[in-house]
Amino acid sequence: MLDIKNLHATVDGKPILKGVDLSIAPGEVHAIMGPNGSGKSTLAYILTGRDGYEVTGGEVLFEGQDLLDMEPEERANAGVFLAFQYPVEIPGVPNTTFLKEAANALRKARGEKELDALGFLKFVREKTKALGISDEMLKRAVNAGFSGGEKKRNEVLQMAVLEPKLAVLDETDSGLDIDALKTVADGVNALRGPERSMLVITHYQRLLEYIVPDRVHVLAQGRVVKSGGKELALELEEKGYAEFTAAA
Amino acid sequence: MTDTTALRPYLAQHEALKAQAQGGGWLGDLRDRGMQRLAKVGLPTPRLEAWKYTNLRPLLKHDFAAPADDGDGGLRIDRIPSLQPAAETTHRLVFVNGRYRPELSHLGSLPAGVTIGSLAALLRDAPQRLEPHLGQLGSLEEHPMMALNTALMEDGFVLLLDDGVVLTDPIDVVFIAATGERALAFHPRNLMVLGRDSQATVLEHHAGQGEQATLSNLATEAWIGPGARLWHYRKQEELRSAFHLSSTQLRLARAATYDSFVLSTGARLSRNEVKVEMAGEGAECHLNGAYLMRGEQHCDTTTVVEHKVPHTTCREMFRGVLDDAARAVFQGRIVVEPGAQKTDGHQLCQTLILSDRAEIDAKPELEIYADDVKCSHGATAGELDDAALFYLRSRGIPEARARHILIESFLGEAVEKIAAEGVCPALLSSVANWLAQTHEETHGEAA
Repeated sequence: MLDIKNLHATVDGKPILKGVDLSIAPGEVHAIMGPNGSGKSTLAYILTGRDGYEVTGGEVLFEGQDLLDMEPEERANAGVFLAFQYPVEIPGVPNTTFLKEAANALRKARGEKELDALGFLKFVREKTKALGISDEMLKRAVNAGFSGGEKKRNEVLQMAVLEPKLAVLDETDSGLDIDALKTVADGVNALRGPERSMLVITHYQRLLEYIVPDRVHVLAQGRVVKSGGKELALELEEKGYAEFTAAA
Repeated sequence: MTDTTALRPYLAQHEALKAQAQGGGWLGDLRDRGMQRLAKVGLPTPRLEAWKYTNLRPLLKHDFAAPADDGDGGLRIDRIPSLQPAAETTHRLVFVNGRYRPELSHLGSLPAGVTIGSLAALLRDAPQRLEPHLGQLGSLEEHPMMALNTALMEDGFVLLLDDGVVLTDPIDVVFIAATGERALAFHPRNLMVLGRDSQATVLEHHAGQGEQATLSNLATEAWIGPGARLWHYRKQEELRSAFHLSSTQLRLARAATYDSFVLSTGARLSRNEVKVEMAGEGAECHLNGAYLMRGEQHCDTTTVVEHKVPHTTCREMFRGVLDDAARAVFQGRIVVEPGAQKTDGHQLCQTLILSDRAEIDAKPELEIYADDVKCSHGATAGELDDAALFYLRSRGIPEARARHILIESFLGEAVEKIAAEGVCPALLSSVANWLAQTHEETHGEAA
């Protein structure tokens, strides 16, 4: 599904990623853990094509395609999704309008028929019902005035609507209390499937109690310095990242 | 220092009007006063503080004729633009090059106490009804273009409402600048007088057809009586060959309300100048608007709100989008006179700049001579939010569409402030049309 090979990247000329290697097979959930400043969010943005991140070496293949060559919208339509650490507030645009634009952009890219207003409403209601999200959240402007928990649930709703092949979850646990975290994790788990891979980026082990990964990688100083099973997360929780930051 | 050459054609036109003068001595005196003022100060130049950012020099390159000389009777008007669907229009007045065209208009049935019509007809038939109000608002010294309008005024839109009359259906007033062979200048003069507790909604639409340059030099006076309410919405989509200069003077009596919105997408150079006298306690005014400019368009919004008595409220919100080498000017002055305690005045101008070559000059001014007031102003200018743009694109929405969504939402917040029902869709569709035009089309049109 996803193959990252010897990826190097800079931000404002400063090297952040210094040779990342990572492969995720279809249906697998991988976690990336690491201290602040290790390059976790940079990796998320490079995978989704945000401006300001320059790839200086290596490659990223998504289902065999060169992902780095694609525009952000092309990546999305190919099946890559980023759940943002800080979802953006867009006052004036109703959530439904936003979701419909996104769903239809995907359909158009696939050569499928776009949904009309009624067809979309039916489609999105199935998703909100499954995730226990109120219709009221659809009417409000995108993330505007949403609580931290609502914003993250809205990210999960977008994921449900777009049904990506690869979902990158960037610090989805940040700013959530334990109840909100559980709700969001339930939503994510409901979307797990044999064809859908996930890359869960987190600083803390807490999230991985609810979204249990197949593999855990430690990213420190721009490299994957250790990989293991889900038990690695517990180990990190106990020992912290000191060992890796010192070693690197 | 006055450039008299530039004024010569207007002087000649004024003399011709005098020669055929009718309607009583007061009107002749009023026109003379306008001409004298103009002759003294000349056309506005950037040396005047109020015109610092808007230079009318491009006007001088055109040899404008008065519409009567052009024989515009032969022009076919192929489309009457409107802010509401034709089927829903009860009262419509159409002016072509400043002259009322009864055959294109439709006054509908009017309740007792309502007078709607053309200034020319009322000056002929009932000048005494206009005399107490016409030319009484605003200072000609401060408004040279209004002085020119006063010197040459012949026709325009008139609304007179008796006390207590509520006109439910909006009045559609359409101004079309239509040229044949020659560039044309005209000076529509509008007058609205709302009696005590009366109400009306006026929808103005300014559009154009033809190849030649036009100058629409509008002047509007509105008297809003005690407890009366006027909802006043204007869409300015004149051609790129047009100059659109509009001066509106208002006086609000006790507990009167004025709610306005101006959407400007047209004209090569436009100025929307509004001066409001808050003359009665409890008066409330909303001056809102949006502008979308590209190419080399220039759009000036100048407002002056004078709070003369205690307990008056004014809200201003303008939002603009500038692309290419477009330029916008926002000058907003709030004056709180001594004793005008408890004044509540807020002003906000926000501009989205889509190109490095676009420019906004914003000049808010507060002059406060009372100590117990709430006044604020703010002006912001910025680009589209990168984070929001990336967010939309990361959801598969193509970049061009994502930009449109963000621009629409920015303007949508301003348009939603419009109180009258049914007007928003027409304005929002103008926004969508503007966005749908490509730069190439724009440049083609300008060439």
